[in-house]
Amino acid sequence: MAIDVRIPTVLRKHTDGEAKVSGEGSTLAELVDDLDDRHAGLRDALVGMDGQLHRFINVYLNDEDVRFLGGIQTPLRDGDTVSILPAVAGG
Amino acid sequence: MPARDISQAVGGTPLVGLPSMSPPGYSLYLKLEGHNPTGSVKDRVAAYLIAAAERAGQLHPGSRVLEPTSGNTGIALAAICAPKGYKLTCVLPENTSQERRMLLSLYGVDIVSSPAGEGSNGAVRLAREMAADDPDLYMPFQYGNPANPRAHYETTAPEILRDLPDVGALVAGLGTGGTLTGAGRRFKEHDPAIKVFAAEPEYGDQVYGLRNIDEGFVPPVLDTSVLDGRIKVDSVKALQATRDLAAAEGIFAGVSTGAALSVALRVCDPRRLAEGSKVVVVSPDGGFKYLSTGAYAPGDVADIAAGLSQTLWA
Repeated sequence: MAIDVRIPTVLRKHTDGEAKVSGEGSTLAELVDDLDDRHAGLRDALVGMDGQLHRFINVYLNDEDVRFLGGIQTPLRDGDTVSILPAVAGG
Repeated sequence: MPARDISQAVGGTPLVGLPSMSPPGYSLYLKLEGHNPTGSVKDRVAAYLIAAAERAGQLHPGSRVLEPTSGNTGIALAAICAPKGYKLTCVLPENTSQERRMLLSLYGVDIVSSPAGEGSNGAVRLAREMAADDPDLYMPFQYGNPANPRAHYETTAPEILRDLPDVGALVAGLGTGGTLTGAGRRFKEHDPAIKVFAAEPEYGDQVYGLRNIDEGFVPPVLDTSVLDGRIKVDSVKALQATRDLAAAEGIFAGVSTGAALSVALRVCDPRRLAEGSKVVVVSPDGGFKYLSTGAYAPGDVADIAAGLSQTLWA
């Protein structure tokens, strides 16, 4: 049940500078818990007190924003790629 | 009948079919916003921003205007401000194309550079600081001004619906959220079954050089309730689709057009969009302003995209 997770520069202080880490979980919430066990501080960086993703964080499952899938309860499958990106604008 | 002046020549852009690139069972159409006077969809936004400020009595000849922009909005504002005698300053991230800077200079715009590592968020931050220090500056602020989505609600979407009343889906890039929010809202009112998809640019690491997550920025004008999905597109996929578009359909577009097009190709799938659907993709601009980035030069797409990924192409 390995999930590849891509970490943005701003959160690599939690992953010893690694841009790509691996985690496990059948949902995004489980993955975040697993990641926090391996890389302390990641959960608080991603999820707020209300249990939802922080407003300025976008999480993508195989390029799709999880807010339009199942949010923090989005189901994951072996081999999925989860990407974390800070919210940025254009224009 | 001739237009009175260039500001009256905004909009009315072509909606063209993409017969060669449409997947079996689907029809793709491209709204060519590069056909606007300064070559981008931002002519619509700039016209609405300035008209709204004038109606509110916030501008008069000699006024100074300040706007954070990755380029297209600045160029569009410049073309309106120059003849009216408004003095425009643009805050532009360092990593924007040379062409954008040259065009702004041509219009007499003062350019203030914000750090490349902060992307557009840095330009927003710096412009807000400058405006706070100088109350005489007028900042339209496309990211938070309802005139931005209204331009698309009142012009972009009705033009598409007039040409293609049975449109089934809209795909547009996510920058300020103005196009998606304004056109998406109009489309949902026309037919709630129409799907609206956002193409979000994914850049290289250097563009996300925020010091902490709280420096992230979600534009206040973006209403995600009109979206059915948001899909990120990296520079390789965006560039490949942009180059395919030239080869397959003869259309020379900017890189963000390729990003939206690649999302359109992805959603043409019976699991998310009924077969037979007509899909409109918004092409924000043509390719000329990106020539200096090497996006269209001969060579390996992955190599070229690697260089491009540190440049703001949306």
